[in-house]
Amino acid sequence: MSTGAQSQKAFTSQLKKVYTFYTGGFVAFVVVLAILEQMGLPRTTIGYVFLAATVLLYAGIGVMSRTNDAAEYYVAGRRVPAVFNGMATGADWMSAASFIGMAGTLYLTGYGGLAFIMGWTGGYVLVALFLAPYLRKFGQFTIPDFLGARYGGHVPRFIGIVIAIICSFTYVVAQIYGVGLITTRLTGVQFEIGIFLGLAGILVCSFLGGMKAVTWTQVAQYIILIIAYLIPVVWLSVKQTGFPIPQIIYGQQLQKVTQLEDKLIADPKENEVRSIAAKRAEAARAALKEPEKAFEAGRGAAQKAVADAKASGNADAVKKAEDALAKYPADVNAAKAMWTRDAGLQARAAQLQRHGEAFPGATEKARDTARKNFLALVFCLMVGTAALPHILMRYYTTPSVKEARSSVTWSLFFIFLLYFTAPALAVLVKYVVYNDLVGTSFAQLPAWVQAWQKVDPSLLSLIDINGDGIVQRAELAIGGDIVVLATPEIAGLPYVISGLVAAGGLAAALSTADGLLLTIANALSHDLYYKMIDPNAPTARRVMISKILLLVVAILAALVAAQKPADILFLVSAAFSFAAAGFFPALTMGIFWKRTTGIAASLGMIAGFGITFYYMVTTQPWLREMFLSIPRSAPVSLWWDIQPISAGLFGVPLGFLVIFIVSLITPAPDKATQDLVENVRYPNLKAA
Amino acid sequence: MQSESRRQEYWSRNLRITAILLALWFIVTFVIGWYARDLSFNFFGWPFAFWVGAQGALVLYVWIIWYYASYMNRLDKEFGVDEGEEE
Repeated sequence: MSTGAQSQKAFTSQLKKVYTFYTGGFVAFVVVLAILEQMGLPRTTIGYVFLAATVLLYAGIGVMSRTNDAAEYYVAGRRVPAVFNGMATGADWMSAASFIGMAGTLYLTGYGGLAFIMGWTGGYVLVALFLAPYLRKFGQFTIPDFLGARYGGHVPRFIGIVIAIICSFTYVVAQIYGVGLITTRLTGVQFEIGIFLGLAGILVCSFLGGMKAVTWTQVAQYIILIIAYLIPVVWLSVKQTGFPIPQIIYGQQLQKVTQLEDKLIADPKENEVRSIAAKRAEAARAALKEPEKAFEAGRGAAQKAVADAKASGNADAVKKAEDALAKYPADVNAAKAMWTRDAGLQARAAQLQRHGEAFPGATEKARDTARKNFLALVFCLMVGTAALPHILMRYYTTPSVKEARSSVTWSLFFIFLLYFTAPALAVLVKYVVYNDLVGTSFAQLPAWVQAWQKVDPSLLSLIDINGDGIVQRAELAIGGDIVVLATPEIAGLPYVISGLVAAGGLAAALSTADGLLLTIANALSHDLYYKMIDPNAPTARRVMISKILLLVVAILAALVAAQKPADILFLVSAAFSFAAAGFFPALTMGIFWKRTTGIAASLGMIAGFGITFYYMVTTQPWLREMFLSIPRSAPVSLWWDIQPISAGLFGVPLGFLVIFIVSLITPAPDKATQDLVENVRYPNLKAA
Repeated sequence: MQSESRRQEYWSRNLRITAILLALWFIVTFVIGWYARDLSFNFFGWPFAFWVGAQGALVLYVWIIWYYASYMNRLDKEFGVDEGEEE
C-alpha cells in the first residue's frame, strides 16, 4: 500500500519536472522565433513553424503514451494527480469558443456576455458538489456505465449512449470547424485541407494512447493556450494603463469607456450615420421584395435625373447625375447583390449599448425579457457543464475520491485564469476602438484596421456612410472573433505573438476535440459493444474497436464540418441544453435518492431530452427549417419569451419531476442497487 | 466499519454542507443576477453587478469548491471513512 503511495508521489514529481522543462522549452522556442522574425523570417514561415511544431509535439506525446491496456486507454490508469487532471480538464473544457469567441461576445454584448463567463464556471460547483466524488467512487469507465449499473438493464444505458453521442457529436463538429478556421488563418491553406491537417493531429494522439495520451497532451495544450491568451492582454494593459495585471485595473478603463459611450450617444454625427443606415436598409428591403420592378424604376429615375439636369443646363449637376447613372447596377442580379449589402446596414442603425449596463432595453418589458433570458442561459450552461460526459469522465482518472474533489478545484482554477481575463480584454479593446479609432480620418486608419479589413470583411468592415471622411462608431461593424485574433497587432506586438495566439486557439480546439471523440468512441465500443453486445470480448479487441470507431467518428465529424453548417455557436450551446436535460436529473437523483427507479430514470431522461429537443426544433428557425421544413421567416411562438438556446430550462425540471413521480409509483430498487448507492457515498467502502 | 448511525450522521453532515454551499452559489448567481440593474453602484470602477459577473462570482465558485473539498476530506478522517494514503 505504501509502496503504491510512494510510486504515485515519485510519478507526480516526475511529471512536475517534465512539464516545467516543457514550459521552459516552449518559451525558448517562441523567443527564438521572435529573434528570427527580427532577422527577417517571413510571416507565412512563422505560421507553418507554429503549426508543424505544435501538432508534432502533440503527436509525439501520443506516440510516447501509446497503449492497449484497457485501464490506461479508458481512464489513464487512474493515476492522474489532481493538479494535472485540473489542467487537462481545463484544456478539455476550453474550446475554440472559449478561447477565440468569448472575449468577442463580451465585446459585442457587454454584460449579456457574462452569462457565458458565469455559466461555464459556476457549473463546476455542481460538478464538485453533486457528481465528481461519487462518480470517482463508483470507479467505472463512462457515464452510461453509471446509468447501467445504478438503474439496471440495458435501457438506461442505451439512452445514455444516445444522449452522450448527440451532445458530443454536435460539439465536436464545432471544434473541428474551429481547427479548420485557425489552420487556414495560420498558414493560408484551404479550409478543407486545414480541417484534415488538424484532424491528423487529433487522431495520432487519441488513436494511439486513448485517455492516457489525451490527458498528457491536454496538459501540454493547456500550458500553450494560457500563455498565448495572457501575453497580449498583459501587454495591452501595460500600454494603456502602465499596469501589468489587466484583471485588477480594467475597472478604471470601463469607466473611461462609459464616458466615451455618453459622448457617442449624444454625438449628432453618430445619429446621422444611424438614420442614413436605417433608411438605406429599409429602401433595400423594399426593393428586394420586387427586384425587377425596383431595378427598372431605379434606372428610370437615374436616367430622368440626367435628362432633367441637362435641361437645366447646370454642368455640375449633369456630371453628378451621369456619375450616378454610371454607378447604377448593370443588371437585376447586380442590383440584388447591392440591396442585400444595403439591407445588412440595418445592424449599424442600432443604438449603442452600454458595456456595463445589465439587460438594456427600450421598454420595461424588453428589459424584463433580457433578464429572464440571461438567467435562463446561465442556468442551462451551468447544468450542462455538470452533465457533459467528456468532462465528467475526467474525474474517473484520478487516484482517489479525495483527489477527485481537489481536482475539481484545480480544474476551475485553471479555467478561471482565462475566464477572469476575457472580460478585461473586451474592455481594453473597446477602449482602443472608442478612443483611438473613432474620430480618425479614413485616410489615416491604424495599420491593424487596414490589415483586418482586407483579411475578412465579416470580421471588420468600415464604411463611410455619411461621407464626411471621419470614422463614426456606427460606421464600424466588427465580428467577435477579431477581438482575440487582432489583440497582438492592436497592442503593437510582433507577428510571432499573433502566431502564438493562433497556436493557442488551435490547442484549445484540438484538446476539446480529443476529449469529445474519445467520449463518443468509448460510448460505442465500451458501452454498446462490450457491455451490451459481446460481454466476453477480450480487452485487446475492445480497445481495437474503440480505436477504429474513433477514426470513423472523426472522419464523419470532419465531413460534416467541411460542409460549414450554419449557426455553429447555436449548435455548441444546444449541446449544453441537451446534456443538462438528458443527464443531470438522472445522475444526481441516482446518487442522492435511493428510491429512484430504473424505469423512472429512463422516462425522465427521455422526457427531459425530448422536450428540450422539441422546443428547439419548433422555435429555432434554422432547425425548424431542417426538421419541419417551415420557412425561416415564419414567426415563432416562444414559451414565456425564452430563447431556444435555453431550451434546457424546460427539460431539466421536467426530467426531475418525471423521475420523482414515476419512482414513487414503481417498485423500489433491489438491495444490490441500494448497496451501490450506499457504496458511492462513502469513500472507504469496498464494492460489494 | 462504523455503526449505521455514524454513517447516517456522516451523510447528513455532507448533505448539510452541500445545501449551504449550494445556497451561496444560488444567491451570487441568480439573486444578484436578478437584481443586476439595481445593483449598479460603483465598485472600484465597475458597476457592482458587472463586477460580480466578471470576477466576484468566479472567485466565490473557486472558493466553494475548494472549501467543499477540504471540509469533506476532514469529515472523511473524522468519521474514519477516508481512503488512507492510497486506495
